[in-house]
Amino acid sequence: MSMPMYVSPEQMMKDKADYARKGIARGRAAVGCTYADGVLLCAENPSNTLRKVSEIYDRIGFVGVGRYNEFDQLRIAGVRHADFKGYSFSREDVNARSLANQYAQALGHNFTHEMKPLEVEMLVAEMSEEDGGDQLFHLLYDGTVMDTTSFVVIGGEADAIRERMEGTWSREADLGSALGSSVNALAGPDRQLAGDDLEVAVLARQNGRRAFRRIEGDDLDGLLA
Amino acid sequence: MTLPIFVPGDDPGPDFVGLLGRLGVGAFESTVPFDAGQITHGTTVLAIRYSDGVLMAGDRRATSGHLISHRSIQKVFPADSYSGVAIAGAAGPAMEMVRLFQLQLEHYEKVEGNVLTLDGKANQLSQMLRNHLPAAMQGLAVVPLFAGFDPRTGQGRLFQFDVTGGRYEERDYAAIGSGGLHASTVVKLRHHDGIGADEAIDVAIEAIFQAADEDIATGGPDTVRGIYPVVALITVDGFEQLADDDVAARTGTLLDRLRGAS
Repeated sequence: MSMPMYVSPEQMMKDKADYARKGIARGRAAVGCTYADGVLLCAENPSNTLRKVSEIYDRIGFVGVGRYNEFDQLRIAGVRHADFKGYSFSREDVNARSLANQYAQALGHNFTHEMKPLEVEMLVAEMSEEDGGDQLFHLLYDGTVMDTTSFVVIGGEADAIRERMEGTWSREADLGSALGSSVNALAGPDRQLAGDDLEVAVLARQNGRRAFRRIEGDDLDGLLA
Repeated sequence: MTLPIFVPGDDPGPDFVGLLGRLGVGAFESTVPFDAGQITHGTTVLAIRYSDGVLMAGDRRATSGHLISHRSIQKVFPADSYSGVAIAGAAGPAMEMVRLFQLQLEHYEKVEGNVLTLDGKANQLSQMLRNHLPAAMQGLAVVPLFAGFDPRTGQGRLFQFDVTGGRYEERDYAAIGSGGLHASTVVKLRHHDGIGADEAIDVAIEAIFQAADEDIATGGPDTVRGIYPVVALITVDGFEQLADDDVAARTGTLLDRLRGAS
């Protein structure tokens, strides 16, 4: 009987992490940031039908980058979790923190127990009814969660984009300038991104119960001009 | 409450009721026999197609046998942004059905990333009624009206149902519940092609008034407590419920006219 080759746990985790990071770095990036009226979600996505930015619940939005089938499955699981929770209790009992924890559990479990880690990086955003209460949860492939109230960059070249965002982001910015800094950060100094290359949505306080709205077509072009 | 992730073959898709089944929460679980006369019932709702869309209205009374159990319940609800649902029958299961129906439409929209067609929504309600049939046979019958603005035809459309899940699209108007017969006679006599919003609202308020005049289970305008029928308009701009003040003012005009006529 042949002995299986010994691989140290450190090496195994490192290999998995490298594999996941490589997969995520291949995809285009996305930015989520808070602004005066709520949360802006903006992804570089030339596709009009395969979405990266979506609605989860009344005040909760989702952005995923990496392997489409993997983050889309997690997105749908999030919608189900939220709708079921709202049905069992009340709509006000559904929050992003609990959903981010569930995602972290699922990602962490997958990372340690499965051969192939999930090649995804996600952002769960919750708009608050009060100014300044908005929350962003940043989830990594291994189940790491980070929370912030400013902005989150996910996907390839995240460090460079984060640096550019740091210089321009402001909590008091209106929609136009928040979108401007997000798009400029995503594009970098050598590129221009047009409306067709972007997927943009907001969770805004003036939108009523379902705060999620996509910004598309002429509305988007108008804001970018 | 863990994250509901399913393997591809077992995935309920965009079906929220199917998801509840997978999670072990049965909607409309069967009930034991009981005296259905003691259960709270709601009555008389109607829908009228008019030039810009469709109107839905309902009285506010719920009864248990010969007693009034609630004076100000709501029987007309938004189903989603461009459609509404109104209910008659056993109030408890009816409210639950409306809640599930609203969730089903929103769940589909979020999971699939697009909205169901108006026919698709009506068909969903039809399936819910069919699942509810065993309870209906035990005395917990629920009968809804469904109406909405169809962006494909640019018009309002309305659907009637029966307890078995039968779905019947009506051209101009429909009224159901214990006072539905009287209400629909009023609408029938005054409805005409190209009827405008203003006239349709007045017709609806009078139809419910006349139904309440003939049927004890239908509530008329309650000027002492300030309770008036619910009237909602569904147009290209979405579902909008009329303010109580507006309905109160129109009811006042109607009462003046009736006093003058008698």
